[in-house]
Amino acid sequence: MQRSKNDVWVGLFVLIGAIAVLFLALKAANLLTWSFSQDYEVTAKFDNIGGLKPGAAVKSAGVVVGRVKKIEFDGESFQAKVTLGMQTQHAFPQDSSLKILTSGLLGEQYLDVAPGADEKNLAAGDRIGSTQSAVILENLISQFLFSQAEKPTTESKKP
Amino acid sequence: MITDMLGALGTSTRQMLANWGFAARLFFKLLGMSGAALKRFGLVRDQVHFLGNYSLAIITVSGLFVGFVLGLQGYYTLQRYGSAEALGLLVALSLVRELGPVVAALLFAGRAGASLTAEIGLMRAGEQLTALEMMAVDPVQRILAPRFWGGIIALPLLAAVFSAVGILGGYVVGVLLIGVDSGAFWSQMQGGVDVFKDVGNGIVKSVVFGVAVTFIALLQGYVAKPTPEGVASATTRSVVVSSLSVLGLDFILTAMMFSI
Repeated sequence: MQRSKNDVWVGLFVLIGAIAVLFLALKAANLLTWSFSQDYEVTAKFDNIGGLKPGAAVKSAGVVVGRVKKIEFDGESFQAKVTLGMQTQHAFPQDSSLKILTSGLLGEQYLDVAPGADEKNLAAGDRIGSTQSAVILENLISQFLFSQAEKPTTESKKP
Repeated sequence: MITDMLGALGTSTRQMLANWGFAARLFFKLLGMSGAALKRFGLVRDQVHFLGNYSLAIITVSGLFVGFVLGLQGYYTLQRYGSAEALGLLVALSLVRELGPVVAALLFAGRAGASLTAEIGLMRAGEQLTALEMMAVDPVQRILAPRFWGGIIALPLLAAVFSAVGILGGYVVGVLLIGVDSGAFWSQMQGGVDVFKDVGNGIVKSVVFGVAVTFIALLQGYVAKPTPEGVASATTRSVVVSSLSVLGLDFILTAMMFSI
């Protein structure tokens, strides 16, 4: 009799532990968004990727449609070659363009796909031609400073 | 004079080496007997009941309060940088990767490890282990192995409960009390916590801690001097050594898992 009572309590304990693991996997981590479906790879070249990392989201209209798979340096064109894994259920025209954007002021960087108007869709192995680099704050500041220096009004107002 | 000192040094070194050798031999004997121990699962189940169920209350309560404190402290730091939405990520990552396995193992060492050592030490003092040997029953197989496996099964589950309850505690403080946006809390968490890299490695950690804490507790009880003082000092040593080795192992495991 003692044994069967223990059985219930141990079973309950294991059940609580399993629920905790499930909670961690499903609610706290990204198992639900883990895509087991096949995806197709598309490459793109950027002049500067800023802080983009492998695993970053590829979004279109704010919805995740893929992930950045690989980032490498292309020694011939001196550009960054980014390999994207796009979900198969989403097809984009061949002349779609890519932008590196930031979510929030200090958030993570992600790729934004702006769909084009081409009849043909992107297929595995294709290259997206039109890309826009990440915004580098230092470049912005220096551009701003140069444009300020060129203005004649600021010069004349100085006493 | 000098030869006496050298002799004492040599004796203590030999003694230490012999202890380490005995510990290693016992460890591999326990591993080798895991098949036989798991076959008589009733014994293991009773130990899971003793080690796991009775530790559930302390683990749940401490997890809840650790989550509360993480929520408060994390919010205090994050809102300085205007990113209080990342509170969920901070709470979940610190619990799943470090605090869950480590604090659960420390509590387990105090709650369950100490009682294991005292139990085995008293069996040794009362010559029950010798009596088993007299009946040609191997005490390592009959007494130690089920407890070993009970601890290995119980601690990962307890650590998972600790992390889950801690995240709920962080939710209660962060979202319900302070008012961080609930959607941002969960979505930041899900965006930043990886199932295999973070949750999986946390579980691997807690399994390693389970092996270490349970084995140290059993070893200290098994080699305890068969006197009341011997059992008392073995219990103390069990808690101290297993807590320190949990912290040391945690550093090594973190360096191996997360830095590369």
